Amino acid sequence: MAEAATQEQTAGDRPLVRFAGVAKRFGQITAVEEFTLDIGEGEFFALLGPSGCGKTTLLRMLAGFETPSAGSILLDGEDIVAVPPHRRPVNMMFQNYALFPHLSVAGNIAFGLRQERAGRAEIAERVAEMLALVRMPDFGRRRIDQLSGGQRQRVALARALIKRPRVLLLDEPMAALDKKLRAETQFELMELQRRLGTTFVIVTHDQDEAMTVADRIAVMDRGRLAQVAAPSEIYERPNSRWVADFIGEVTLLEGMLAEGAIETVLGRFRAAMPAGGRKRDTVWLALRPEKLHIAAQRPADGNLNAIPGTVFEIGYRGDMSIYKVRLADRSLMKVALANTSARGRASFGIDDVVWLSWPPEAGWVLTR
Amino acid sequence: MIQNQRAKRSWSARLVLLIPYLWLALFFLAPFLIVLKISLSQTAIAQPPYVPVLEWAAGWAGLKAFFAALSADNYAMLGSDWLYPVSYLKSLEVAALSTAILLAVGYPLAYGIARSPRRLQPVLVMLVILPFWTSFLIRVYAWINILQRDGLLNDVLLRLHIVDTPVAWLSSDTAIYIGMVYSYLPFMVLPLYAALEKMDESLLEAAADLGCPRGRAFWLVTLPLSLPGVAAGMLLCFIPIAGEFVIPDLLGGSQTVMIGQTLWMEFFANKDWPVASAIAVALLGLLLVPMLFYERMQQRSLEGGR
Repeated sequence: MAEAATQEQTAGDRPLVRFAGVAKRFGQITAVEEFTLDIGEGEFFALLGPSGCGKTTLLRMLAGFETPSAGSILLDGEDIVAVPPHRRPVNMMFQNYALFPHLSVAGNIAFGLRQERAGRAEIAERVAEMLALVRMPDFGRRRIDQLSGGQRQRVALARALIKRPRVLLLDEPMAALDKKLRAETQFELMELQRRLGTTFVIVTHDQDEAMTVADRIAVMDRGRLAQVAAPSEIYERPNSRWVADFIGEVTLLEGMLAEGAIETVLGRFRAAMPAGGRKRDTVWLALRPEKLHIAAQRPADGNLNAIPGTVFEIGYRGDMSIYKVRLADRSLMKVALANTSARGRASFGIDDVVWLSWPPEAGWVLTR
Repeated sequence: MIQNQRAKRSWSARLVLLIPYLWLALFFLAPFLIVLKISLSQTAIAQPPYVPVLEWAAGWAGLKAFFAALSADNYAMLGSDWLYPVSYLKSLEVAALSTAILLAVGYPLAYGIARSPRRLQPVLVMLVILPFWTSFLIRVYAWINILQRDGLLNDVLLRLHIVDTPVAWLSSDTAIYIGMVYSYLPFMVLPLYAALEKMDESLLEAAADLGCPRGRAFWLVTLPLSLPGVAAGMLLCFIPIAGEFVIPDLLGGSQTVMIGQTLWMEFFANKDWPVASAIAVALLGLLLVPMLFYERMQQRSLEGGR
């Protein structure tokens, strides 16, 4: 089980892409620093981080539009830093799509093959194949300005895929789409990636998107790699307060590590010991809102951690409600409650006294 | 009440739209009709120096007599005397070659400005426009100074031992082309710059990403996307150059006569207003051809070529 997990979470023995100690500085500004990462063959990999964290710079270095200030980038074991972009076997789907306005849809898609001086018949055949792949078979003769945002996105995808790249780079591919279309496109993209088996590297600031599409996620913070793991690992077992806070909702309780528990100003809570954690270390207990239980009375089960508080604010989201509960030290703890029946079960009102409880394994102790 | 207000607003909106048409009718169409009328008249020693003159006092009969007296003889004359076709052809030749040189010089210049750092661009554009601060006539006179026998250009060439004896630059076609290219360069550079400046840099990255080297990307992406700017620049240069009078008159030799000079001669030296008017109208007709061509190209790019 543990072995299977590690297998899934690394790029394997022979990674397709390897960033080795890569740094990029623009004058005084450092965009990427000491960046080391492997991406495996056939992976759907996401670079996730807030804007300005260096994820796009990293993608552009892989495409060849930026040269690293230090370190090397390997593709199939060969350093490609000196290879100009037009000779790299990677293709990119640009954030604004960068479609050529003076060419038709077919002209755009054929552009890459024309550079290889492919034959007329082969070009026509593969363009048709790509148009079918993105489900736009009759759009070849259309002009770019006659397409909707979603259609442009598909054309950009087809154009980037026609040369059968070793790696497809996607720079915020769904940023320009509305929410509903984005969700559909995410699943289409996953299906496409599974069918083609091509390695996809996506850059996004949208954590939901990264969690949905990617096999593995690299979370970036100010030019550095914060954590790289499968989406569930990142969510359930973040390696720092920063990652825990960036991905999803979380409440952090500061305390001191004790034997099988953490001592906080609010009381002693039982939790699994973190790897490498020593007693009396300052640690933080991370609690996800959906893992907490809310009740009017203290739970009878002595195994559960429990804490009293008063309801401060209720946010109704349709599928669930988020309760903000004020604790004894006046801090707020977020609790999510699924709205399973239309009437709602015994829900709570503002200023109600409630008990929050969770089993020891629901919390996650962070050492930094 | 609301209905009324809306009606009022649309009436005032229409008035605003009317102003440019009114302007064109008053200062372009009306003068053109007058010139057209004169071009169909005959020269006469009188005040004004042509007949027929419309007599409003004679009423309907006068109007009829006036139209009966109009004739296209002047236009027939333009075709019969070799002087006119030769000047027209010379004008077209000078305009075509000057425009070609302007494009060859202006495109790299505009491209360079559009690709230079953002904060530098306004300064560079300013430098292109700067000559307009001085009178056009004075700048052409300055070129006489530079190009004359003991002028600046010969001075430099002699000092550098490139030539042994002074070259006769002035009063030649070369001088005309130097003057044309110098004077009209901003008209070529500005529309080209406008077209190149708004081009999305990521298109070139996309081209490179798809396997197109930088050099080829210019021909496949940059140039096609700048064609509207090329067309606008060429039109802005070709049309005024074809009718140019000052530059060939001051810098050119007597063997080169452009249509602007012929027109001047007919009007001021021969006092032949009708022929001068006919030359002007024919020139307008001639220049309508590239204009219509440009219009059609614009239309096509709007509708989208299939």
